[in-house]
Amino acid sequence: MRKFNESIIKSLKGLWNAFPILIGIILLISLINVLIPKSTYSLIFTGNYFMDSFVGGILGSILAGNPITSYIIGGELLNEGISLIAITAFLVCWVTVGLIQLPAEVTILGKKFAIIRNLISFIFSIVIAIITTIGVNLI
Amino acid sequence: MKNKSSWLFLLGLIIIYFITLIFKPSKFYEALSYFSNIMLIIFPIFVLILILMVLINYFVKTKKIIKILGKNSGIKGYVLVIISGIISSGPIYMWYPLLKNLNEKGMKKGLIATFLYCRAIKIPLLPLLILYFGLPFTIIFNLLIIIGGIVQGIIFDIFKIE
Repeated sequence: MRKFNESIIKSLKGLWNAFPILIGIILLISLINVLIPKSTYSLIFTGNYFMDSFVGGILGSILAGNPITSYIIGGELLNEGISLIAITAFLVCWVTVGLIQLPAEVTILGKKFAIIRNLISFIFSIVIAIITTIGVNLI
Repeated sequence: MKNKSSWLFLLGLIIIYFITLIFKPSKFYEALSYFSNIMLIIFPIFVLILILMVLINYFVKTKKIIKILGKNSGIKGYVLVIISGIISSGPIYMWYPLLKNLNEKGMKKGLIATFLYCRAIKIPLLPLLILYFGLPFTIIFNLLIIIGGIVQGIIFDIFKIE
């Protein structure tokens, strides 16, 4: 029983240490989602495939929230004529790269790990975007 | 960022919210409502993660973690983190404390990277992805996410990124 109580205390301690940063991140995500209207997203794409995939990746890295939101924004952007490469990079980065949650990742999982993981994920998002678009066009 | 800095970060955001309340009260209430919605959604996940952490701390010995998710875990380790990454729900940052806990018990960082990457696949949202982007896109996209997750894990292992 004593060991079980120790396990509870250890787990609660771990979560309590993460508490301020997690709440802070959620507050930040809420504010950004409210302050930046979704309609402005389409204004930053140029029509250049390479640049747009980069911009899509950056946008997906900055924004955060439920992936369902990214699918809806991505779908709307596609309807507005934004390239599939840009939207795919945006979708991948939305979930795999997190600039807003980077402070939490750095604090909890380590600086080196967090920065390299996000950097690799960003590069991968562009690679995945290119291969997916080529694949879809071939089918 | 140390724990003191984390509290300062939270304090800074509370101050920004107060500033928003003074200058743009409507945005403040909107943001607060958005925040409450996220909290309501993540609360059950928070409880689930706490339970998982307690169970792992109580039942799972460090030796076992090292065997399943440690340096010599091999393909089994990848399969386990890919499946758990895909089925895990909630925001990515909610999983950091549990992953840290597992890392302290011997889980290698490469597998943490794979887990975090494979979270991009959301089974309940697949119909929506098919609806917006089509079946070929959905299949290629999700397959590449799994491959990307594995490659990322291998990179972390090869370069011993800790």
